[in-house]
Amino acid sequence: MKLLEAQNVTRAFGGGFLSKHHMIAVDGVSLIINEEKPTITAIAGESGSGKTTLARLLLGVLQPTSGAIKFKGQSLTEMDKHRQKMFRRQVQAIFQDPYEAYNPFYKIDQVLTTPIKKFQLASSKEQALHLIEESLQMAGLRPEDMLGRFPHQLSGGQRQRIMVARAMLMHPKVILADEPVSMVDASLRATILESLMKLKRELGISVVYITHDLTTAYQVSQNIYILYRGSVAEVGNVEKVIKDPLHPYTKLLVNSIPLPDPDIRWGTTTDVNVTPVLAGAMTESGHGCKFANRCPFVMAECHQQHPPLYRTNDDRAVACFLYKKEPQVDGSMMAEFLST
Amino acid sequence: MVSEQQSKRNEKQSVADPARILDVINLQVSYHTLRGPVRAVNGVSFFLRVGERMGLVGESGSGKTTTALSLMRLIQAPAVIEGGEVWLDGQDLLSLSEEEMRRARSADIALIPQGAMNSLNPVMKVGEQLRDTIRAHIDGESKAKVDARILEVLAWVELGPRVMESYPHELSGGMKQRVCIAMGILLRPKVIIADEPTSALDVVVQRQVMETLGKVQKDLGASVILVGHDMGLMAQFVDRVGVMYGGKLIEVGPVRDIFKDPLHPYTQLLIGSLPTLKTKEIFKGIPGLTPSLLSPPPGCMFHPRCPKAMSHCFIDIPTLKEIKPDRWVSCHLYNGNTV
Repeated sequence: MKLLEAQNVTRAFGGGFLSKHHMIAVDGVSLIINEEKPTITAIAGESGSGKTTLARLLLGVLQPTSGAIKFKGQSLTEMDKHRQKMFRRQVQAIFQDPYEAYNPFYKIDQVLTTPIKKFQLASSKEQALHLIEESLQMAGLRPEDMLGRFPHQLSGGQRQRIMVARAMLMHPKVILADEPVSMVDASLRATILESLMKLKRELGISVVYITHDLTTAYQVSQNIYILYRGSVAEVGNVEKVIKDPLHPYTKLLVNSIPLPDPDIRWGTTTDVNVTPVLAGAMTESGHGCKFANRCPFVMAECHQQHPPLYRTNDDRAVACFLYKKEPQVDGSMMAEFLST
Repeated sequence: MVSEQQSKRNEKQSVADPARILDVINLQVSYHTLRGPVRAVNGVSFFLRVGERMGLVGESGSGKTTTALSLMRLIQAPAVIEGGEVWLDGQDLLSLSEEEMRRARSADIALIPQGAMNSLNPVMKVGEQLRDTIRAHIDGESKAKVDARILEVLAWVELGPRVMESYPHELSGGMKQRVCIAMGILLRPKVIIADEPTSALDVVVQRQVMETLGKVQKDLGASVILVGHDMGLMAQFVDRVGVMYGGKLIEVGPVRDIFKDPLHPYTQLLIGSLPTLKTKEIFKGIPGLTPSLLSPPPGCMFHPRCPKAMSHCFIDIPTLKEIKPDRWVSCHLYNGNTV
């Protein structure tokens, strides 16, 4: 059963009805999280790719301009109070900055007891404490070291893991993690990613992992969406997308990863090794492929219309005219295939 | 006494060893807080060769940025440089007068600061900011000459003359970062300190900016200290790596050796924790927490987290020693000079 679904969602910002100056942050993206099959889905892209907007849409804090976000088959905007509460409980979020999520005047206990009260997760104080301790342990923390302390007394990694613990208190079905490790030191990054993996493995919780870091995306996820300026450039099995990228943009991204190995030089992993136009020099043409003016393989048709997704493998699709011999596939069909 | 001897030795050294451009000896920096002094940099010594790219890595709080800023004498209260020497081309920067140091900055040793793109003045055109940098150091140069120089340097970082008339907000992040590199190299410094110069940039732009920095550095014949925690960037950019932990340098060596054959247990765990595209779903973190510098552990700073800790690691503080050519490590495991 489809648990969480983005159905061809588009979100525009700015400008009025008659204005042409609006910016399309997310452009026709489909994504499905299945209840029966927990997965980690990575959404990767650079700044401005729309990955955070997509996360906010999935959380229901932003409404799509067109398309729909559905929870258990029902659009978020059409749900009644009761189902909304269920949604809020079953879909949890972890954000980038573990410093901003806390009120510095309260002990960290507060971020853990508030949801318990709000959702009436426990009937007694003892039960509440037990729940808190259990979820802290799941996140790899010792409750006795954490409880009663103030946010500033903890490290960034501990603060981020408390956010993981807070999300787990609710026994959610899906966790949206928006750049959960980008502000954490290398040695702790592994621990946090490990706790995300544990969520999936041991508790059957699906994770949507939003990141700009392809290396960690490769490590944790099964499926990956590569977003470029709001559109899906390439989507599919992470093994195929990262190890054998097809879209010129994915190739460029993979080629730009600074690998921690002095023997694998920058720019030698794929065949796209051009110096593309800097992002700031891009022009807005309105139609055509958004990557056209940075693309080394650009063809005439790339400027005329936006490329559809071509299904190059069973479990991978690429939005690029280089692959137009392959069958076209609808984004939501691809999402459905990947989720099962 | 010790430092006097060291400085004499060093004076000889820098004459004798023209390959070294920068020699840092026993640098000590503390932050004076209400709860007592925090030794952010605790006896750091290293050198930088001419034309070399050196990386300074460490977790947050390891003292890497404080070290970098102290070399420029750019740290502010409550941080105080409490001792040490920084020899650049035969002069000790730490004993210069404030005015002499001001002249040395940018001209001899330049900084590309962390989040440099936000260090530009938002209400001043880029060209004007670059002119200011030159005017602060060279008097009486004609505007035409100054501008010619700026345009030349902008071309080095692959920026066109149009940038001169732009305000910072009109430029992309990558372009702003290039402006900051241009500002850093305007006066052809011998040493460039780049503190996480690309941490706010996307991978594609990051690679372009780093390649620009590398090219400029080669053309100038300058040396670079790259400060950061991104080990991938280090592997791709630097010749030698210095690893900092708890305010001390714990290992220094050629980049390949650091990645392929790390000596210090911390470096070993750090390298082991890095995500690669070779393995999936295997994560090895470093257990434990970084030490509190307010009340540092006795003995070796790393012993509470060290899987190889021995009894005297809890008591004796190890020192950084060269245990084989060009490989420095501060760990009791290598006391007998054996590996």
